[in-house]
Amino acid sequence: MKEINPTEAVYGGMKRAGIDFVASVPCVNLQELLCLVESDPEMMHVPVTREEEGVGICAGAYLGGRRPALLMQNSGLGNSVNALASLNGLYSIPLLMIISHRGGKGEPIVGQIPMGKSTPKLLDVLEIPRFAPTLAEAEKSVAQAWDLAQADGTPTAILLDIEFWRSD
Amino acid sequence: MMKRIDAIAIIAEEAESQDALLVGNIGFPSRELCVVHDCTSNFYMLGSMGLASSIGLGLALARPDKRVITLHGDGAVLMNLGSLATIADQHAEDYLLIILDNGCYGSTGCQPTCTSRKADLARIAAGAGVSEVATVSKPEELRLAVRGKGVLVVKVEKGNEKVPVIDLSPEEIIERFMARSAPPSPSS
Repeated sequence: MKEINPTEAVYGGMKRAGIDFVASVPCVNLQELLCLVESDPEMMHVPVTREEEGVGICAGAYLGGRRPALLMQNSGLGNSVNALASLNGLYSIPLLMIISHRGGKGEPIVGQIPMGKSTPKLLDVLEIPRFAPTLAEAEKSVAQAWDLAQADGTPTAILLDIEFWRSD
Repeated sequence: MMKRIDAIAIIAEEAESQDALLVGNIGFPSRELCVVHDCTSNFYMLGSMGLASSIGLGLALARPDKRVITLHGDGAVLMNLGSLATIADQHAEDYLLIILDNGCYGSTGCQPTCTSRKADLARIAAGAGVSEVATVSKPEELRLAVRGKGVLVVKVEKGNEKVPVIDLSPEEIIERFMARSAPPSPSS
């Protein structure tokens, strides 16, 4: 049996959820996923200049009937806080955030550590449900995170740390 | 130059005749729009300053069969200049971003923005790669230009009308708007 890799697991979850609109700011850990999204004719892919811009574009896409996801590094969460609260939070607009969570075990870049530490707490303060699945759980967890986002009208976050990306 | 509320009235009237969806910027622009031309195809942004251009772009990309117009301000678009590059990059089918440029942060006491001095938003938009860019300041020019696409800068006077805050809840705003903006049957 062929073993699934981290990128395929996350992509599989997005497909299962019916995600059809993706805004992104790249992270090195997302590079293969971004290629899959870009080449998927069922997903409209919008590379953006800043994560907050992606939150706005995804909200607009939802108004137009799409199922949006935002792919980014956790540093981008900091760039998106006001929009997540006063746009998604205010109007109950769902959004699936798939976040490469840097700054943990195995992090080579010292600059990633402060925001990496703050990321889970920041999500908690914003009352955004967060999930950190293992490779085995990832496909199901991503699909469930969208279902929750849609049912409750809220952003939800999948946090994928360095070890997750190395787990194949 | 026109008063901003008069420019908004022209834009809203044209938008309705084009059956366009209209995204209104936070603060006085949405409040003035609500007073002069409230309708269910208006989305009033109550927070997230800077993101009107992005919300409109996402909507225009999601609904290539619909015309989408965004009413932005100079202060707000200066917060999200990257969105001009993304708009240029994406080629939305039928999207017009209108920037009502009064050279100040009108909703917070008219503190000057950089457009009151050196920044030229039409040139910034062109430099970002937007192929259709225009600047107007007269009502008759505006009425014609609202039929275009790309980025339209409308030079307007400083100052706000005495208009109330929008008497609709966020839930009401999004529910009635999505009855117009989302496709009748879900896409998946």
